[in-house]
Amino acid sequence: MSITKEEIIKIAHLARINVSQEEIQQVEKKLVGILALIDKMQEVDTDSIEPMSHALNITQPLREDKVTEKDIRDKSLSLAPHSEQSLFIVPQVIE
Amino acid sequence: MLNLSLKEISQALEEKKFTSVELTKFFLNRVKKHNPSLNAFITVDEGKSLAMAENADQLIQSGKKSILTGIPIAQKDIFCADGWKTTCGSKMLDNFISPYDSTVIHKFNNAGAVNLGKTNMDEFAMGSSNETSYFGPVKNPWNLNCVPGGSSGGSAVAVAARLAPAATGTDTGGSIRQPASLCGFTGLKPTYGLVSRYGMIAFASSLDQAGPMAISAEDCALMLDVMTGHDEKDSTSLNRKKENYSNSLDKEIKGLRIGIPKEFFEDGLDSDVQKLIEAALKQYEKLGAKIVDISLPNNYLAIPAYYVIAPAEASSNLSRYDGVRYGYRTKEYDDLMDMYFKTRQEGFGDEVKRRILIGTYVLSAGYFDAYYLKAQKIRRLISNDFKVAYEKCDVIMGPSAPSVAFKSGEKQEDPLAMYLQDIFTISTNLAGLPAMSIPAGFVNNLPVGLQLIGNHFEESKILNVAHIYQQNTDWHLHSPKGID
Repeated sequence: MSITKEEIIKIAHLARINVSQEEIQQVEKKLVGILALIDKMQEVDTDSIEPMSHALNITQPLREDKVTEKDIRDKSLSLAPHSEQSLFIVPQVIE
Repeated sequence: MLNLSLKEISQALEEKKFTSVELTKFFLNRVKKHNPSLNAFITVDEGKSLAMAENADQLIQSGKKSILTGIPIAQKDIFCADGWKTTCGSKMLDNFISPYDSTVIHKFNNAGAVNLGKTNMDEFAMGSSNETSYFGPVKNPWNLNCVPGGSSGGSAVAVAARLAPAATGTDTGGSIRQPASLCGFTGLKPTYGLVSRYGMIAFASSLDQAGPMAISAEDCALMLDVMTGHDEKDSTSLNRKKENYSNSLDKEIKGLRIGIPKEFFEDGLDSDVQKLIEAALKQYEKLGAKIVDISLPNNYLAIPAYYVIAPAEASSNLSRYDGVRYGYRTKEYDDLMDMYFKTRQEGFGDEVKRRILIGTYVLSAGYFDAYYLKAQKIRRLISNDFKVAYEKCDVIMGPSAPSVAFKSGEKQEDPLAMYLQDIFTISTNLAGLPAMSIPAGFVNNLPVGLQLIGNHFEESKILNVAHIYQQNTDWHLHSPKGID
């Protein structure tokens, strides 16, 4: 499988990354190479193989929903590019 | 103070031969002197480090010392540390002052260790040469024209050039072991889930694992004793009894079965590196070990599967960098969408963007089965290969990296050549196994690393096997010239 310019534009949109017209040639060249490397997987028959998502077969643990951390709200908000009245400020979305 | 082991430093602090403040100043001065040429550290904060050293000295005074108390440790800039700039090597986090401690940092703080500073790394740990860092490349102290390896290149150079007694790293596909090999010291990637990932900036969550980087196996064991342990804040942290890794270092290795995968000695391995690895294996035979031929037939699929799984997980993990809550935000934008697009275009470097795009592609509608599911099935095959191999041997050995350190810039424009650097390390990440790199000699004055791979939870065994080698050789004690 190979990737086209149109597909790159589509995935760049999904990933919310601007790719400029100047960059797209280079990006295409490199992604085509990486996908060719990945495609080596297709030579192998894996029909009867169970997919593996975790190195050790552990299950997701549950714990009690209790507060264990100190309040770092103000400290965290101070890191925001723009915050007012304890809110993160972004460009207006709803009229 | 320069070439002491962690145990020796600890003892000297205990016996009041020097204080933690003196020791910390000594290493801060080395950093000040050599960082301009090596670029191993992104952030150094003398005030903070010395305050921690003063605290440590008080602990020592009052007899409340544990083994790492008062010892300065260089921390990879992937670990959130309260009040410290934590960048992960990215412009995206250039202004991020962490509001909390990662579990790893917390554990070092509790042990009374001193944070010596935050070390340089490939951006979001994506790279094998430390050239993708927004803060500039790190230089290999054995040859300043060469790369130190990556992604934990800053920590690697801090240890190799003796700018710090020891450091932390993380290893998703080889990021502790490959730089350990290229810079000539000892590095260990533990079993997946042994060290908490809480507060360690995520790259590929099913593969990321933190570990120690130090001069010797003994030093790594002492570091690991502090770093491991179950953590409720990381849902993949393993809930098992904490082990002591420094107790069994001296065990005899007579009769040890060392598995040699033939796939690790096929094309791609530099012949001079191969000779040194073979010499190291001979040394082990002299020490009473037996060599067993094994096969990891699916190892050639490790890089393809990794470059699906790691980018897929990265594309999801890195979606959090949107310019809203913290980190970089573009200066001018028309609306919310425009802000996202420009923030991510400007905030991420080229390699990170490539991996996000690959990850987005393999997870996108219509491709999931062909790529992501397929890669997870191959991951199973690779893991099964190790299971079969460990029926015949106790540890597996081979090279850590296919060559010695390469020239800066040499592979920067060729991602595929760069990815091949991890051909011997990636399969153990996919299988979640513990593995080490230890110094095994030099080619043209550049270090070569021997890789030791253990079965799950056999950190004690590989540390023991590495330690015995280091008791009988001195490769790990060589340090680069000209770094006074």
